[in-house]
Amino acid sequence: MRTTLLALTASLCLALPTFAQDSAPQTPVPVETVEAPALTGLAAVLAENADQIAKPSRQTIGPVIAAIGAAGPGAPAFLEAWADKRVGQRADGAFFLIEKTKDGYALTDPATGADAGTAPKSEISELKPNSGVRGLIASALVEFQLNDPDPAKRRAALDSLARDGGAEHIEPLRAAIDNETDPAIRAQKERLEGLLTIRYGISTERRVAAIEGFGSDLGLDLRGAINPLLVTTRKAFKGAPEGNIAEELRPGRHINEEEAYAILVAEGLAPARLTRAALRAALEANVENGAVAGIPVAELDDPARRDAAYTALEQAGKVPAGATDDEVTAAVAAHRYADLYAEPDAAVTTAAREAMKGIEMKVGVMQAADLGLDALSLASIYFLAAIGLAITFGVMGVINMAHGEFITMGAYTGYVVQLYISDYTTSILVALPLAFAVTFLAGVTMERLVIRHLYKRPLETLLATFGISIALQQIFKNIFGTQARPLTAPSWLDGAWVLNDVVSISYIRIAIFVLALVFLGIFLFVMKRTRLGLEVRAVTQNPSMAASMGINPDKINMLTFGLGSGIAGIAGVAIGLFAKVTSELGSDYIVQSFMTVVVGGVGNIWGTLAGATLIGTLQKGIEWLNPSNTLAAQTYMILFIIVFIQFRPRGIIALKGRAAGD
Amino acid sequence: MSQLLEVSGISVTFDGFRAINNLSFSIAEAELRAVIGPNGAGKTTFMDIVTGKTRPNEGRVLWGERSVNLLRMNEAQIARAGIGRKFQRPTVFEDQSVAENLMMALKANRSPWKVLFWRAAALDHARVEALATEVGLGDQLERKSGELSHGQKQWLEIGMLLAQEPRLLLVDEPAAGMTLAEREQTTALLVELAKTRAVVVVEHDMEFVRRLNCKVTVLHEGSVLAEGSLDHVTANPQVIEVYLGR
Amino acid sequence: MKPGFLSKNPSVLTFILILAVFTLGVTFLSEAYGSGVISTSMVKTLGKTLCLCLIAIAMDLIWGYTGILSLGHFAFFGLGGYMVGMWLMYARTREIVLSSAGGVLPMTPQELQDAIATQIFGVVGASELPAVWSLAGSLPAQLALVVLVPGILAFVFGWLAFKSRVTGVYLSILTQAMTLALSLYLFQNDSGLRGNNGLSGLQNIPGLDAVGQDALSVWFLWVSALALGLGYLVAAFIVSGKFGSVIRGIRDDEARVRFLGYSVEGYKLFVFTLTAVIAAIAGALYYPQAGIINPAEMAPIASIYLAVWVAIGGRGRLYGAVVGAAFVSLVSTWFTGGRAPDLNLGFYTVKWVDWWSVLLGLSFVLVTLFAPKGLAGLVDLFQGLRPPKRGGTPMGPSDGSLREQEAVE
Ligand SMILES: Nc1ncnc2c1ncn2[C@@H]1O[C@H](COP(=O)(O)OP(=O)(O)O)[C@@H](O)[C@H]1O
Ligand SMILES: [Mg+2]
Repeated sequence: MRTTLLALTASLCLALPTFAQDSAPQTPVPVETVEAPALTGLAAVLAENADQIAKPSRQTIGPVIAAIGAAGPGAPAFLEAWADKRVGQRADGAFFLIEKTKDGYALTDPATGADAGTAPKSEISELKPNSGVRGLIASALVEFQLNDPDPAKRRAALDSLARDGGAEHIEPLRAAIDNETDPAIRAQKERLEGLLTIRYGISTERRVAAIEGFGSDLGLDLRGAINPLLVTTRKAFKGAPEGNIAEELRPGRHINEEEAYAILVAEGLAPARLTRAALRAALEANVENGAVAGIPVAELDDPARRDAAYTALEQAGKVPAGATDDEVTAAVAAHRYADLYAEPDAAVTTAAREAMKGIEMKVGVMQAADLGLDALSLASIYFLAAIGLAITFGVMGVINMAHGEFITMGAYTGYVVQLYISDYTTSILVALPLAFAVTFLAGVTMERLVIRHLYKRPLETLLATFGISIALQQIFKNIFGTQARPLTAPSWLDGAWVLNDVVSISYIRIAIFVLALVFLGIFLFVMKRTRLGLEVRAVTQNPSMAASMGINPDKINMLTFGLGSGIAGIAGVAIGLFAKVTSELGSDYIVQSFMTVVVGGVGNIWGTLAGATLIGTLQKGIEWLNPSNTLAAQTYMILFIIVFIQFRPRGIIALKGRAAGD
Repeated sequence: MSQLLEVSGISVTFDGFRAINNLSFSIAEAELRAVIGPNGAGKTTFMDIVTGKTRPNEGRVLWGERSVNLLRMNEAQIARAGIGRKFQRPTVFEDQSVAENLMMALKANRSPWKVLFWRAAALDHARVEALATEVGLGDQLERKSGELSHGQKQWLEIGMLLAQEPRLLLVDEPAAGMTLAEREQTTALLVELAKTRAVVVVEHDMEFVRRLNCKVTVLHEGSVLAEGSLDHVTANPQVIEVYLGR
Repeated sequence: MKPGFLSKNPSVLTFILILAVFTLGVTFLSEAYGSGVISTSMVKTLGKTLCLCLIAIAMDLIWGYTGILSLGHFAFFGLGGYMVGMWLMYARTREIVLSSAGGVLPMTPQELQDAIATQIFGVVGASELPAVWSLAGSLPAQLALVVLVPGILAFVFGWLAFKSRVTGVYLSILTQAMTLALSLYLFQNDSGLRGNNGLSGLQNIPGLDAVGQDALSVWFLWVSALALGLGYLVAAFIVSGKFGSVIRGIRDDEARVRFLGYSVEGYKLFVFTLTAVIAAIAGALYYPQAGIINPAEMAPIASIYLAVWVAIGGRGRLYGAVVGAAFVSLVSTWFTGGRAPDLNLGFYTVKWVDWWSVLLGLSFVLVTLFAPKGLAGLVDLFQGLRPPKRGGTPMGPSDGSLREQEAVE
């Protein structure tokens, strides 16, 4: 390990022009020996090292590349062309940037960039450096790119470094920071320098400083740089563990015997255990006259007898010794075990671990925030889906099992509107009121035809509306088919609002949240500030008294039911934007909507809000505890609700007194 | 004199409204008591508390020789302990026959398992018939109680109360909706009943109360305003004000 | 003076008689024991229908008589099916594993169990026998679980719900939630019951390979008929005495029952648990005839359909529930099986496979609105019984009380 590192350092020095000039003694200094027009700059360097350049080898070309890099104007272009296999050597030994033409090459002087005429094919031999050499050239080029006057090029260089930068890039990067004028790029450079130092830096202090410099930064790139430092491998040792130990593992405490033995087997320190299959195979191979080692085959359905047979075979030398339990215990006890960091530098790993702790803590907080946002958006969906139900249940005591189908109806309205209006923004704006109108009508019709006749019979209403629900669902299937229909959101709702690498929320969800707020506002306004609201409240509290005061409860009930259904339609459009629009769309939400109403408490919009919040948070919370299993999350959520109802049978916000039906 | 029921210092609030306010009340074995008071005085609520339908916010309700705490028991347990209640509106099981109604009320073990295998013995049939005759429904045994007249339902309910054989009877406005003759019959019955058990009668009607000829408790705004003979309480200026003043 | 049980329940004798004639009739027309007019699959359908009638009786007890609209009884039905299914599948797989075992050595119990587990749980990517299967090898144990698991679940759930006096639609929604939770739980692969694959091959009865499906179907028909007959008797016994009076009292006015000294919660819990057990037994008989059970069977909608059957038959009378379940499920099978002829309206051809649900839903609404007595109302009509005239007031203040049109004078 250490030696490879040294080699790396060496090659690093060679590759770095700035270093190379004063630290590498064997650097070929351009000597002005040639008479005639004295060559300077690039031309001189090229002439000096012509042989090496023509037939570069990875081992020796380093200093040459460094010299070219330092040679002044034309150098970057030459290096770039060289790496791209666009340099040719003329028969006279001079190098040119070449460009294939129909019958030969067009030549450009590398030092001046002037046109140098053409040459036939035969006169030019193309330079084809191997990939190793090209790599060296590329890293030398990085320096130029990082200092390129064009900011776009600098950014591109940084991006490519971020992807696959290495140890050799640290110095050029550092050098390129000081004369960076663009503050954004400068910040990017500094960040990248830090990341590269963390991963590939040489001096412990600098790496530790780099790690600590980041603090609890949330960037994925930082975690990408730190995580490899913390990778561990399990090893077994005869004596005390050595190396950069992350944690010593004591059998029985940190790992069990099986795991410890598995480490020994993996390292070849102990023979593998005899598996049941191997035991069986060994016995089967040694059946003689219906018996194995004297034990009749018929008795070998007993594991103890099988062990006995194997031991007998072992003693007879017919099968290899398998590790017995005693041997395993002894072997495990004879060793010590530890998790070792791949990174040898303990100071660095300690700093990394500390930094990671901080980051994880912060990530945890952010994840909680993200979870909170998710929960909020789920809650607003449930709120939207449940509010209509809450109105009809709260005001009229009617459980509308067809509520889910009204939601579906709203979503299908949106789909049909999009068939005719292709602009998504307009179509949604048309679909919202239209869905309200359609479901309002459906609700009023249902109230007039069915529910009106079943007042004070909540259970019968439940069943009758269920009948309507199955009929409607099948009708949807017959009209729209069973496959999902598209309801597309306008493009300005695509994408997500990204706060940082952890916290983000899609615009659709924000829109739904806003919609839920709007509905809450509208509802409160209607109930508290309008005549209709006053009458609705009067009918809710005391229908006969309201009737005697000239309010027509029939009309109020009809309007209330229409309102509740209409809101379901709008909720349908909103839900359809992100869920699959099928005939079952509504029924997927119906049970949750019931829960929301029941948990929240009947007859109070704040109760519905509280219920939706509780259920949304709960579902997200449980999903977070067990992310792989949303089914389990729902199961537990419902169980919670069942238990919750035990303690608050009338919901979170319970109506008291006679209005509650006592 | 040992008390059968002792209510002390109970209060109830509904959404901030004090329906019963530091009310104390007691009744002895075999006593007849009338409770009067204007509408909303808390008479029904008082019965609700004694029978376990409403929980008071504070106070004690003690029952019997052993001073059992009724507040720890539910409605069914209180009923089994020997407190019967007649509601303001007659409530009988309308889909069941008079005989079934009475049979259900008959004093017997109430546990589901026992009830499941319980079959009426000749004695039980005789008792049901006797009760029905007592409340004037002897020839209506097989009729569904839903078909009875309002007054007959009141009587049936009283019959069911008798079948329960309670030690304390709470009767809420028994005369409401009865004809004059029925009222007289009811008074006689209540007076008769009070010979063997305690009876609390809630009533508006002074005439009715006068005929009962017993101690009277006047409730007002959830607490006791006056107590004593009818003449005594009607002479009380506060009572006069409450009844006539407004 | 004392009227006997049968004279007080004239429907019992008639019912048992009809059931016996039906069972014998089907037997003599079956492929295995008779002329073969009725196909084996039809015999199975009839046997399954008997099981549905049994659970309908349970539903009628809880809803028609006690006034609790439970939307969860199909969960108990399904659980009963699962409990029996576990034994069927385990024992059957065991037979297969033993008969196809290669190798020279006999299998150890562990190897046998592993092989069975691999066979059963291969589809969900598991190879270990989950803990819930630890009794699956024993028929008596699983039969006990048929009663115990749904019984205990119903008891615990009912105890929680009734104790806190959840009633009316709240209770209905809560039972629906319970069903949903259970079916979602079973849908998971790691529930240990094969997730959405459910249990299959249940029609093959271990140890009875020699008996063909045609004979087995008739056997199951007999067992189902027996269970239904017994169930009817038990239910009639329950509703006929004072217990029946009490639960009908709870249905119409539970507060009044309380003031009579009956512990309403105890009675509800008793009926809820008992009907759950009846439902589970019905399920345990149903699924070996159906051959397959999966969590979708226990979706909340199934329980609502159960209420629909009872409502269409006429709640609050036992024969109503049976007639409703038999009628609706058979007609349903006929319409959805594609055997009903299309209805050509000239401009549109009504395919019943597509429109049956619509018809069922709407006729259910009509029944609820205009004929709350359901099919049983026809019997009343025939006997000249009319509903009382009460000006629309129901028979009591509770949510589940009989409506004016449901009662008889
Ligand atoms: N459950 C309840 N919720 C709210 N207020 C109640 C409730 N029960 C009784 N009240 C109020 O308590 C007061 C006493 O009622 P009640 O006992 O019925 O009077 P009364 O003496 O006429 O029988 C009344 O003002 C009534 O409105
Ligand atoms: Mg009163």
